[in-house]
Amino acid sequence: MYHNEEFETLPRPALEALQLKRLKNTLLRVYTNVPFYRATLDRAGITPDAVNSLDDLEKLPFTFKQDMRDSYPYGLFAAPMDDIVRIHASSGTTGKPTVVGYTRKDIDVWAELMARSFVAAGVHKGDIIHNAYGYGLFTGGLGAHYGAEKLGASVIPMSGGNTKRQIMIMQDFGSTVLTCTPSYSLFMAEAAREEGVDFQKLSLHVGIFGAEPWSETMRGEIEAKLNLCAIDIYGLSEIMGPGVAIECREAKKGLHIWEDHFIPEIINPESGERLPAGEKGELVITTITKEGIPLIRYRTRDITSITYEPCACGRTHARIARMSGRSDDMMIIRGVNVFPSQIESIIMGIEGVEPHYLLIVDRKENLDTLEVQVEVDEKLFSDEVKHLQTLSQTIEKEIKDTLGVTCKARLVEPKTIQRSEGKAKRVIDNRKM
Amino acid sequence: MKAEQISVFIENKSGRLAEITRILGEAGINIRALSLADTSDFGILRLIVNDREKAKVVLKEKGFTVSKTEVVAVEVPDKPGGLYQILRTLDSETINVEYMYAFVERCGENAVIIFRFDETDKAIKTLLNKGFNVLDGERLYGM
Repeated sequence: MYHNEEFETLPRPALEALQLKRLKNTLLRVYTNVPFYRATLDRAGITPDAVNSLDDLEKLPFTFKQDMRDSYPYGLFAAPMDDIVRIHASSGTTGKPTVVGYTRKDIDVWAELMARSFVAAGVHKGDIIHNAYGYGLFTGGLGAHYGAEKLGASVIPMSGGNTKRQIMIMQDFGSTVLTCTPSYSLFMAEAAREEGVDFQKLSLHVGIFGAEPWSETMRGEIEAKLNLCAIDIYGLSEIMGPGVAIECREAKKGLHIWEDHFIPEIINPESGERLPAGEKGELVITTITKEGIPLIRYRTRDITSITYEPCACGRTHARIARMSGRSDDMMIIRGVNVFPSQIESIIMGIEGVEPHYLLIVDRKENLDTLEVQVEVDEKLFSDEVKHLQTLSQTIEKEIKDTLGVTCKARLVEPKTIQRSEGKAKRVIDNRKM
Repeated sequence: MKAEQISVFIENKSGRLAEITRILGEAGINIRALSLADTSDFGILRLIVNDREKAKVVLKEKGFTVSKTEVVAVEVPDKPGGLYQILRTLDSETINVEYMYAFVERCGENAVIIFRFDETDKAIKTLLNKGFNVLDGERLYGM
């Protein structure tokens, strides 16, 4: 089953010709409208008409998350604000978010690609989609929502949280599709068990899970506990949001990336050189139809590999492997992107706190937990319990207010956090994916 | 009339208290009184010792966070209602007790209580005016 058979099964030569045409249009667009791209292309000595094959893409400079931060908020927009109909944002590394804008056409394309993704996952018109991705600045909720409506399915805009109510609605409304983060699905399963609700008796047949790293082991657990087929979806707000790539239900072996809208490359994150198919490296994406904020060779920092082998489902679009890590130190905690540097700047802003801290990420009862360890030196120390407790509460509150992540601040004795030569080890991730 | 207490930050994990007493013991420091305030994550050990400078130095050398705090040692009649007499006096002057603990030895017929007040000077003045015996630091350390 396809949502858009013509484009999803386009023979590769035709697909690549389309990519080149769209790439050239995009380059012209950013060169004309975005001073940042005009400057970087000029510096690289490349004009848009110098790109005449897909291999020429390799000559183009990369775009980094830092570039988006430097252009905060609208500097990389390639369309006038008059044409921007939606603005989303994801967390940045210094408290300022990364902002993305969508034209009406961008929203339509996003809905189309998300609808394709739903169909690839085995969802069809008539399904009742229980959408528990967060609605708001985060792209997850609205991205899945528009795709569901485009497909013509019935979407329940649940957003996250209030798990008891989620379970009640899932049961009473007869939800057939669940969309949320993989860890939240397991949390729901646990909560349902406590409520005496049996997932085996619910109508769910597929779950579409993304926005955080997970594993095959976790897929097995989710499928057993929730009695559904678990599908991996990939997306990032910088590129579009959810629906950049998805597994097909037929093969469940790699995520088809919609190549008529994105050009994927895998590179060596150190040298920047392109790697051949099958080799593991950093995923770099060029958007070729976006109007609001097209990005050239965007460094996703996600580690994966790519294959162009034909797939059992008949789609001709390349498949990327399940994300196996990051090439930077970003952590994804309950679907929220968190950089250690963000936490550092928050705790350093608190009077008397030394830059010796350690972040411990774990997964307890299927929910990510974050513990922030801070050393108590003489400046911070008080012989009264209430002062020290106020300190840990301040740290917890500041982090929650700035990043939206609940954490536990733990005060530790000085010198207990390991000092290392050069780059300090700031994060211990004990999650077993 | 003030006395000095040393306070040590300890993580709530096994062996930390033993480690502190070992360090003090090996340095020949005698603990005169102590109290431990604890939470689920950490504790604050408050100590009256015979040689507080040395205690501070040896504990810091071993990486502990140590601070000194002014406290007040007061003799309390060792009979029912003895402590109440003191607390009532302080309350009438709206002086708050941040924490308190008892001394391990008795002083004649009296017990000794260590207090940490929010207003130390005012507390000492009030207690002396009401005729309570506030112990001098030096006397306390040597008891």
